[in-house]
Amino acid sequence: MAREISQAIVDGILIGGVYALMAAGLTLIFGVLDIINIAQGVLVILGAYLSYSLSTKAHIDLFVGLLITIPVMFIIGVVIHWAFIRRLRGTERTAMTLLVTYAVALIIEGILYKLYGANDVSLTASYTGTSVHVFGFYLPWIYVYGFILAVVLVVAIYALLYRTRFGRSVRATMQDETAARLVGIDVNRVAALTFGIGVAVTAAGGMVFGATNAFNPNSGYDLISRLLAIIILGGLGSIGGALAASVFMLVVESVVTIWSPNWAIAVFYAALVVVLLVKPTGFLGRKEVRAQ
Amino acid sequence: MRASLPWFSRNVIALSAVALSVGVLAACSSSGSSSSSSSTSPSASASASSSANTTPISIGASLSLTGDFSADGLAYQKGYTLWAKDVNAAGGIMGRQVKLTILNDASSPNQVVTNYQTLINTDHVDLTFGPFSSLLTTPASAVAARSGYAFIEGAGGAPTVFQTPQNEADHNVFDVSLPVADEIMPFVNYIASLPASQRPKTAAYPMAQDPFADPPVQLAQQKLQALGVKTVYSNIFPAEPSSYTPQADNVAGKAPDVVVLGSTDVPTVAAFMKAFETNHYTPKWFVAAAGPDQGAAFITAVGAGNADGMMVPNGWYPGYNNAQSQKMVNEYVAQYGGTTSDVNADVAEAYSVGQVAEQAIVATGGTDNAKIIAYLHSGVTLNTVQGPVKFDSLGENGASAAFMFQWQDKGTKFTQVLPTGAQGSVTIIQKSPWATS
Repeated sequence: MAREISQAIVDGILIGGVYALMAAGLTLIFGVLDIINIAQGVLVILGAYLSYSLSTKAHIDLFVGLLITIPVMFIIGVVIHWAFIRRLRGTERTAMTLLVTYAVALIIEGILYKLYGANDVSLTASYTGTSVHVFGFYLPWIYVYGFILAVVLVVAIYALLYRTRFGRSVRATMQDETAARLVGIDVNRVAALTFGIGVAVTAAGGMVFGATNAFNPNSGYDLISRLLAIIILGGLGSIGGALAASVFMLVVESVVTIWSPNWAIAVFYAALVVVLLVKPTGFLGRKEVRAQ
Repeated sequence: MRASLPWFSRNVIALSAVALSVGVLAACSSSGSSSSSSSTSPSASASASSSANTTPISIGASLSLTGDFSADGLAYQKGYTLWAKDVNAAGGIMGRQVKLTILNDASSPNQVVTNYQTLINTDHVDLTFGPFSSLLTTPASAVAARSGYAFIEGAGGAPTVFQTPQNEADHNVFDVSLPVADEIMPFVNYIASLPASQRPKTAAYPMAQDPFADPPVQLAQQKLQALGVKTVYSNIFPAEPSSYTPQADNVAGKAPDVVVLGSTDVPTVAAFMKAFETNHYTPKWFVAAAGPDQGAAFITAVGAGNADGMMVPNGWYPGYNNAQSQKMVNEYVAQYGGTTSDVNADVAEAYSVGQVAEQAIVATGGTDNAKIIAYLHSGVTLNTVQGPVKFDSLGENGASAAFMFQWQDKGTKFTQVLPTGAQGSVTIIQKSPWATS
């Protein structure tokens, strides 16, 4: 039994890295823009399909392909913001973004169906079916690489937010949009770039998701509720919190799976409720994030 | 100012509620009002030898054109459309053209109910054909029963479909395909036929929570246990967990000789195969309830090398030795392209639904649903691309034969392997090592 629990914890940590990659963009976008991006799940799948096209058509390695898919997804993010998000104003803006981003999700899903069809595909490379044997456990290389990528991206986004002039603009906008405007920050530009960065990060999440799961254009809807739970538990707007929450939630789910796979999902959401009762702002709530 | 804690707390609570419910919302919304209607236009003139009634026969169906079952739903759409095209090209049924109306249920059990209500009460279709999956057939057939419609379907083979109060009272469901509960029995019988020394010692039974996937796996478990095959893992998991890896790792850790996976789709099978591969564990026999029957779609997702030795139960495959079947396969390839291996069993199931309806309409002289229900329960044997169809009192096809199919020749050939003595069966092989082993 001890071995099974250990295996479940290892699985939870590694799968948590994949979910952190998928959730990072979502929490960044909410933290800065107060936008609940319901399209995040479909954007993950879009990122996976971009990697799929590069891999199958141009035979570009999945990780090397990120050098292309991340900028492409950044542009897509900026375009989505320009076309759909920037027009939303007023007190109902946050609620309206739910509807607008859901519409974006439907549009992207429809395009993916048209381009790729309904059949499932998956991303393959030399490392997607191999593993490393450590302390009696087989660790799939793709999960190991995915976890490392998650940590690297979290650090990179922190560096962007706290070590650059653009990051100061972003944080100023997070703290008080009106004051940021008054000191000369182009808030619209910051918002567009932040949305673009949030979507760009999702390219990495999509690639690792597609390398660990077969997917089709509809697969994104299964992800979004979990991603929202993760960013709430981690603290809205906190990239590091998203990583911590992903690992926590997936470890809990994996361990419960040993006894009852059917209860694992219920426990996943029960953990969210329990933690929020104790700490309503999540692991690293926005108040704490803004105070950093 | 928006950073005050009370605002934030309220929004965290609200967002928590959103997170907990958005999955449901997304599913409901995605299954919402978007519908497509495909019609086969009644262009050909009615046959001169038939009755004066040349009004098109309107047939309605709800299919999962988007959502979790979309791959199967789209294949079903092709099957229904291909049948209607063939019938209309031959002058229709009794001189009446067939007009198909297909609505999209987005794989939602709620939307499928709405769609059949629309088809029956608003569109007033003459006949209804079934949706994809037992999960959707059960609620859909209840709608048809309330209006006295026969419900001829090909993808609702789970016991739960036939054991509803409506069907036990109205007997309106007719499944042209193989009943799912017994579908893994050819494999059980094969194991029973082996000398004791060659039989597997252990088996694992991971199952997705689904009325289609669980019954055959549970029956196989019961029968294999009776043969002395020790169960080392038996668990039902949610159809869409965060990841299949923990369950698959659990199975791999126990290294059973046999894995019988209660899967509903390709991603579930692919996830278990990938986890087994990274654990350097290869079962001697690997049976999946669904997934490997998806032809090229399965190979694309898992790779041909890894598919070698994978088994799946079914009642039909593209190489099925039946003249009607071969004609349909050739027509499919001519119309949609690809190769014969691209034609999955969904197409044949859907086509068979049309064939059964066609024979019932001709035999009863029209589209009176009461007469059609009585006719289909009369014990008559009908012919389809899947072979003979004969319904029992609950509408299960008692004439269908269960086969086990296997990917062989490094995943390039999908072939019938069980029952061993059946016509067309080739020698079964043990699961080949994974491509990276």
